[in-house]
Amino acid sequence: MVREALLIAGKDLRIEGRSRVVASQVLPFALLSLVLFAFALNANRQALRDFTPGLFWVAVLFSALLAIQRAFAIEAADKTSDSLRLSGIEPAAIFAGKTIAVVVQLLALEALLLVGVLIFYEASIDSYPLLGVTALVAAIGVAAAGTMYGALIAGIRGSETLLPILLLPVLAPVLIGATRAFDDAFGSAAVNGWAWLVLLALFAVVYLLFGLLSYGVLLEES
Amino acid sequence: MTTNPTASRHTRVFGLISLFGFALVALLGLFLTEPDDVQGDLVRIIYVHVPLPIMAYVGFVVGAVASGLFLKNRNPFADLVACSAIEVGVIFGVLTLITGAVWGSPSWGTYWEWGDVRLVSMLVLVLLYVGYLALRQIPGDADATATRSAMMALMSVVMIPIVRYSVDWWKNDTLHQQASLTDGKLEDLTLFTLLLSILVFGFFFVWLTTHRFRVAWLEHQIAEVGLVDAIAERRAEAADGVQAAIANPGGES
Repeated sequence: MVREALLIAGKDLRIEGRSRVVASQVLPFALLSLVLFAFALNANRQALRDFTPGLFWVAVLFSALLAIQRAFAIEAADKTSDSLRLSGIEPAAIFAGKTIAVVVQLLALEALLLVGVLIFYEASIDSYPLLGVTALVAAIGVAAAGTMYGALIAGIRGSETLLPILLLPVLAPVLIGATRAFDDAFGSAAVNGWAWLVLLALFAVVYLLFGLLSYGVLLEES
Repeated sequence: MTTNPTASRHTRVFGLISLFGFALVALLGLFLTEPDDVQGDLVRIIYVHVPLPIMAYVGFVVGAVASGLFLKNRNPFADLVACSAIEVGVIFGVLTLITGAVWGSPSWGTYWEWGDVRLVSMLVLVLLYVGYLALRQIPGDADATATRSAMMALMSVVMIPIVRYSVDWWKNDTLHQQASLTDGKLEDLTLFTLLLSILVFGFFFVWLTTHRFRVAWLEHQIAEVGLVDAIAERRAEAADGVQAAIANPGGES
């Protein structure tokens, strides 16, 4: 199953490597949102530095919506979702593969945004381990939930407008947890960031389990 | 009966119990119970504001259980129960937010207080379930919609504790009345009125959900009948075509 999952992830990442939609559209959008936040807050250095964690994660979530939409658009365009179902690969492996591909893209997105906030918002990092682990665990949670909801609405006409209202309330706990953990990692508030990681991990585990156990039901309807 | 096809003797009983129950709760809650030492008459809103979220959660949980049953045996009955219970749950959730704001204005001096974790988490959950209702609105294959909605109802019910605890933890310094039912500070009549109100709201919930379910069931029937009629029409057309071909074997017309 691991081999099959990696196969699917490799397929999705190869398509992305060749089409460069995420690289040429989603990543610039993420940077753009950092610029817009600066305008919205009147480029107040203190405010930007104080709210860096929250702004960072809002930018991640909005950009993640685009990346997740893209992950399912590539299946819809040439009806590859049908081929996937016929291929005999376990639904759980398909779920894991698509989630891995989204995690990889989210990590690239987070890395770019991190450079962005370090330069534009003059953020400084207190704890690199906390920063790295939070970025990874939150990315897994967002990707797992995103893959579930992406599949949930795959094949529906007008699903582009549906994904944000379905997915963003679900990701609200991730926004809270990841922002608080980053507050600690950036030293912008006195909180115990490692404790918030427990929430992020719990969220990721819940959606990974959901996906591994029930992705087949969604695949049948897409 | 023909003028009101979603009513039956049972729902009328539930409706009447709700009606008399609400009259009794209003009498007790507005006139016979004592005002609170601290909050004065403001405390009277608890007779509405406490049962509403309980019934909203009941709706979400019933929706999830029915959705699970639907995924298990593919019975459209379960799917329609799920959507009815969740729709009524969302209404109760919205009313919770409204009554919370109404109470918040005089007592905190603001309609919305981010420190109130119960209201904030209810807001997130209401938005989550509004998404569920939006998903149901999508035109298309009824079976596929039912399956997608059922999966979403199951994923959403898992979010209830996660949202609740994350918001709770986010704002530990809650303004809300904590554990007011269990700390024994409530007077006997106040407690009785509150419990009576929860019970009455329970009857009201069942009454509303049953009516909503019957409307959904009728819609389902119409969709089915529409399909059957369309198939019959096509068959009739095909039969006409065959008869025309027999009458005119050469095919020229």
